[in-house]
Amino acid sequence: MANETAIKKPESEITRTEHTRDRMAYTPQVDILERDEELLLVADLPGVRAEDIDIRYEQGLLTLQGRVEPRQDEAATNYLLREYGVGDFYRSFRVGEGVDSDKIRAELKNGVMELHLPKAEAIKPKKITVRSQ
Amino acid sequence: MAYTRMNPVSVFDELRREIGRLFDGYGPGLGPVSALSTARFPALNIWEDGEALYAEAELPGVSPQDLEVYAVGNELTIKGRRGTALEEGACYHRRERGTGEFTRVVTLPVEVDAEKVEAALKNGVLTVTLPKADEVKPRKIAVQAG
Repeated sequence: MANETAIKKPESEITRTEHTRDRMAYTPQVDILERDEELLLVADLPGVRAEDIDIRYEQGLLTLQGRVEPRQDEAATNYLLREYGVGDFYRSFRVGEGVDSDKIRAELKNGVMELHLPKAEAIKPKKITVRSQ
Repeated sequence: MAYTRMNPVSVFDELRREIGRLFDGYGPGLGPVSALSTARFPALNIWEDGEALYAEAELPGVSPQDLEVYAVGNELTIKGRRGTALEEGACYHRRERGTGEFTRVVTLPVEVDAEKVEAALKNGVLTVTLPKADEVKPRKIAVQAG
């Protein structure tokens, strides 16, 4: 048994890195609103735990990913009605470089995530002081 | 990028265009639809084993106090509301998440024991466990030797 575990682990790690691209993902429904100081993205992520959310902001591209494991053994379950599928959520947005990436923060409640994207100082109207010498 | 970095407006114009573009490629029926405006909300998955029926629905943003679940005989009712007030003074770039009230009634294939029905709401997913009424549970008949 010990050998089996040792052999299986590297395999599952490879699967984990790849499945985010290979597995089919659902597009979460979102609201995006712009306030004076920030952009607020609200996303429906039912069944996603906080630790299974992966948010990346790189070079103006915001990527949102929520990992959802099957809640039932789908092959062994006797379904009477199946109106929706259960799986990962994925969506990306090009936000440009107007966001202060260090101050991005997210909250999750009842399966809804609120992602706050504060606007960078550089794109807020700025007064330039002219120094006299 | 067509915009200059110092222009505060164009950054968000770009975002707006990008978001719009995301949806252009979608086929019919996959575009942004207000979930709560569809006739059947919430969507349900229902399955069974020998002991019980199980109903599951995705209800993100619905708090337990805004949700009512009833089971009578062989009928399950899920009723609730999701409210998000429109924010004054904010500009919405996207508004896909539906709001409002919903009611869904489904007829179950067997009678359930209404007294023992349990409902749990976790991370926006509702799971209702409906134990089958005793008279419909599979019963092993002892065969007597003649």
